[in-house]
Amino acid sequence: MSSHEILIGLAGVLFAAAPVVFATIGETLTERSGIINLSVNGTILLAAMASFAVSVSTHSLWLGFLMGMAIGALVALTVAFSSIALKQSQVAVGFVLTLMTRDLSYFLGNPYMGLRGPRVQSLPIPVLGQIPIIGPLFFRQDPLTYLSFILIGAAWWWVFRTRPGLTLQAVGERPEAAYARGAPVHRLRYLYAAVGGALVGLAGPTYSLSVKAGWKGTISGLDGIGWIALALTIFGGWDPIRGAAGAYLFALLQWLGLVLQPYMPNIPSQVLQVAPFPLMILTLLLVNIGNAEWVDRTLAGLPPDARRWVRRILRWMQVVPPASLGVPFEEE
Amino acid sequence: MTDRRTGFLFMLLAVLVALIFTSLVLVIAGASPVAAYWYILKGSLGSWTNFANVMVAWVPLLLATSGLLITFAAGLWNIGIEGQIVLGGIFTTWVLRLLQHSAMSPALILILAIAAGAIGGALWSVLAGVLKVYGGVNEIFGGLGLDFVAVALTLWLIFGPWKRPGIGSMSGTEPFPEKLWLPTVAGSRLSLWALLLGLIGAAVVYFLLSGTYFGLKLKAVGKNPRAAHLLGIPTTAYLMSAFLLSGLFAGLAGAVQVTAVYHRLIPAISSGYGWLGLMVSMLINFQPAWVAPVTLFFAILNIGSIQLPIVLKLDSSLSGVLQGALVLSFLLMAGARQRWQEKHGQEVSRE
Amino acid sequence: MKIELRHIHKHFGPVHANDDITLTIPSGSIFGLLGENGAGKSTLMKILSGYFHPDAGEIRVNGSPVVLHSPADAIRFGIGMLHQDPMDFPPMRVIDNFMVGYPEGLTLPRAAARAALESISARFGFTLDPDAFVGSLTVGERQQLEIARLLWLGAQVLIFDEPTTGISAQQKEKLFAALRRLAEAGKTVIFVTHKLEEVQILCDQVAVLRAGKVVGQTRAPYDLDALVRMMFGKAVSKGQRTSAPLGDVVLQIKRLAVEDIRLRIAGVNLEVREGEVIGLAGMEGSGQRHLLRACAGLVRPVEGEIWVDGENLTGKGYHEFMRRGVAYVPAARLEEGLVPTLTLMEHVILADEQRGLVIDRQTALEKTRDRIATFNIRGRPNLPVESLSGGNQQRALLALLRPGLRLILMEHPTRGLDMESAIWVWETLKRRCREERTAIFFMSSDLEEILHYSDRILVFFSGQVSEPIPAEGTTTEQLGQLIGGRGFPSGKEVQP
Repeated sequence: MSSHEILIGLAGVLFAAAPVVFATIGETLTERSGIINLSVNGTILLAAMASFAVSVSTHSLWLGFLMGMAIGALVALTVAFSSIALKQSQVAVGFVLTLMTRDLSYFLGNPYMGLRGPRVQSLPIPVLGQIPIIGPLFFRQDPLTYLSFILIGAAWWWVFRTRPGLTLQAVGERPEAAYARGAPVHRLRYLYAAVGGALVGLAGPTYSLSVKAGWKGTISGLDGIGWIALALTIFGGWDPIRGAAGAYLFALLQWLGLVLQPYMPNIPSQVLQVAPFPLMILTLLLVNIGNAEWVDRTLAGLPPDARRWVRRILRWMQVVPPASLGVPFEEE
Repeated sequence: MTDRRTGFLFMLLAVLVALIFTSLVLVIAGASPVAAYWYILKGSLGSWTNFANVMVAWVPLLLATSGLLITFAAGLWNIGIEGQIVLGGIFTTWVLRLLQHSAMSPALILILAIAAGAIGGALWSVLAGVLKVYGGVNEIFGGLGLDFVAVALTLWLIFGPWKRPGIGSMSGTEPFPEKLWLPTVAGSRLSLWALLLGLIGAAVVYFLLSGTYFGLKLKAVGKNPRAAHLLGIPTTAYLMSAFLLSGLFAGLAGAVQVTAVYHRLIPAISSGYGWLGLMVSMLINFQPAWVAPVTLFFAILNIGSIQLPIVLKLDSSLSGVLQGALVLSFLLMAGARQRWQEKHGQEVSRE
Repeated sequence: MKIELRHIHKHFGPVHANDDITLTIPSGSIFGLLGENGAGKSTLMKILSGYFHPDAGEIRVNGSPVVLHSPADAIRFGIGMLHQDPMDFPPMRVIDNFMVGYPEGLTLPRAAARAALESISARFGFTLDPDAFVGSLTVGERQQLEIARLLWLGAQVLIFDEPTTGISAQQKEKLFAALRRLAEAGKTVIFVTHKLEEVQILCDQVAVLRAGKVVGQTRAPYDLDALVRMMFGKAVSKGQRTSAPLGDVVLQIKRLAVEDIRLRIAGVNLEVREGEVIGLAGMEGSGQRHLLRACAGLVRPVEGEIWVDGENLTGKGYHEFMRRGVAYVPAARLEEGLVPTLTLMEHVILADEQRGLVIDRQTALEKTRDRIATFNIRGRPNLPVESLSGGNQQRALLALLRPGLRLILMEHPTRGLDMESAIWVWETLKRRCREERTAIFFMSSDLEEILHYSDRILVFFSGQVSEPIPAEGTTTEQLGQLIGGRGFPSGKEVQP
């Protein structure tokens, strides 16, 4: 494999990871406010189908993307509404929605199966694209990939460096205290559900109008990606940069799987296709095992030095969710 | 208005909202809602054969949902149920393959195979349980990951070690000889043995959850594990047994799919009954008494919509849309009802 | 700013928490709001700070009526409240906490915030490290942070809800000095408390609340007996200190060390005898809970041994301790003690010995009725526990303890209870000491409770543990000094 091929491959990894980055960051923002939107997987499918259908019918990519984001926001708002106004379990509602939107996409997408539609063209950036290595990697991509790069930094900056971002952290951590300090907790939760949902929705058209252009129903290969994004949100410790890093790691491993497949004829293709899922479990195991009670008990039995080291390592890996995640809050 | 009557009214409203939503979806798809609903009813209740098919779908759904109620009682979202059904199917197939040419009596082989299926489902479930209890991996993600792995495992078996003579295909493994099929009612695919198994399963879960110490302790662990621990309940053991029992039921569902319905291992051996069971559990708000009727209703929708592609050129996923809309609007209406009652000063009932 | 509350009413379900309350609170002085737990003080103050809406009534600021829809509104009118449980964000840093709630701008006013925090701290003698995590601060320091924050936001009215619970004598002194300075600077200071002495030394005037009503209002100097009568409607007293005769050693702690990521306590030695009550005193988070949990097997000690009735139980789990007659009663009643949605009867079933597989509901029902009567619980057997009041939940927890226990470990036995319930709880506990020879090991942030009910006291200061001190002859003031670090090797007496 030549270095040129590797470069192209890596650029492809960045390209293919863009929708996962959108979904992960969207979910990160929503969960930071204390709302779990479990509908990601179905939302991406429905948004992918609907935006493809809209683009095919109207020949407008813009309308397609708008449709995808609107669906994402709407589904997320349903979760937020049923939790905030109706006190229903976010997990239950999100789960029903993820199944229903999936079936909805297959049902309504039937007539659009296999049609040819418009797709986003790549847009190399004039001067920057000529820089060796960096150019082909980062500056000869399509607009969506650029957007994904920008979004990572912007989301991080928003959460950790701005005043509204600090309020967002506060609302997710302890809504009653944030409320006591004047934060409109419910309104903010609706807002971040909608914004995060729209980003999740954006992942749909990013697939159906760019990364995996078209709609192929159950064999579109999109089923399951939303769950990966949800897991990456946890793996990222609700930090946009760490979450995005996880998305790139997954895309990279999938690419490696494809590249190395010819060299490993004994491993059946089905195994490689589902490899992300055991990997997802493994990553969640790494970041969560420090929270398990038996680990604490076992640690107490170790000699002091070993104890200190193991604790340090566990702590470094460990992630702690926003304390109010999934817990309803009642404004008086 | 009495509490009962309000409840009934909101329930009616929920059904109405779900029907309106689904009709809207049908109109968007360019189909007549009335025709679609008519064909669903006709396809499921229109003839004895069709109804027998409903019962065939009912049994595994009944088993899966019953199992799920055990994990739900313990506060667990056993999303891994799909994979557990699959593993039940795989283990059953495995034992049948091992013993199909032996001299053992077919009845004994079938019993062993079904037991193996239950064990397979339980093992897969316990795996998710270990990840949750000892690894801190939320059971939703652990279970989901294992679902995908189970499906991959099936495909690998069908196209690899267990492939049909010649070339493997999506139609599954070589069918078993007829003596290894669970006996069915003449002229239909319905097995009374399977039906009996399903009904017994549902009854056992009802009894377990509503009358025994085990059920009450499980609920305590589910609602507040820390308090349960301080009350002297071995929480880890209870969580693990919830996973184990739930997986056992799921495995039985898989075993029924192999021994009574398909007589071989197919890629979609679970038929999505795990997902459907999760929906039913939410719809009935986890009350064991409602499992049998509501799973039957969902089976009717599933079987009824099978004909839609042929008669109306619609995708059969319509049943999923309708079921999803039903569950969603029930959840929303439950919330609306609570708010309504709070506003009107009624004591909110706990059930 | 002059605050007027006129005919305020507030209901919570059947409880009339505020019943036609009318008060006028002047600026430039410290206004005391006295009443026991459950009298409606916190509710009234949460109404004034926009957290609750009154069912009826009016709030006037400087003579003009205002409607407060949310705490944000209240802050705009210059009204800020320090809640009993500090409303802050433990996983965040001090400086970030300081900025949460700042009303304007897109970027964070980091530099301005640091400068403001520094200057306000200097003015009041606070010592706050802007980069420390709030979770590592003492309650006293968290209060200081809140005061500084509210002043930065320009608060004119500051409400302090029971601010002296869980802080040391030194911190209390500093707090009171700050309150006086605020009043001198013309602010309106409202001081909510249930402690008469505090009213006496701090407040210029006081209003007394009982069962949701204002029952009296007076100015300094006070007639303490009159205040007591107003507070309780009758003479209430905890009674004489009593001690049960001591018996054999129940619990033996040898060179014990317990640690977690934040804190380590080490070298604890203690013998607890039958009938003895040991109180653990210290500021919140000084290690009392670690020791208590270790003695129940809920956390595993890293060094040392724990013996119960002559048997080494080191490293064993809670259920092993339970079998030897040890019981743990947590403070967070609904989070750790009881199972929400389950009924009182179901709790009785769970707490009792299991008989067979199937539950005998009839027997359980009779047993529950029996317990309800004995423990004076206001509730029915089929009521879910979360619908009980706090006091009744605590009674339920006590009702669930099996007879003949060897050792009861308790966190904050009377937190949030009214006086009558608190006295009742201790009567029940002391009866166990006398009649069943049970030993009791408890932690509390109420120093008077510790002094009144313990035989011996262990004092905790940031992970260090004192030798046991006899409770008899120790004063509240002395104990307050001790939990602030006096007498400890690394005790930073000057530091609050």
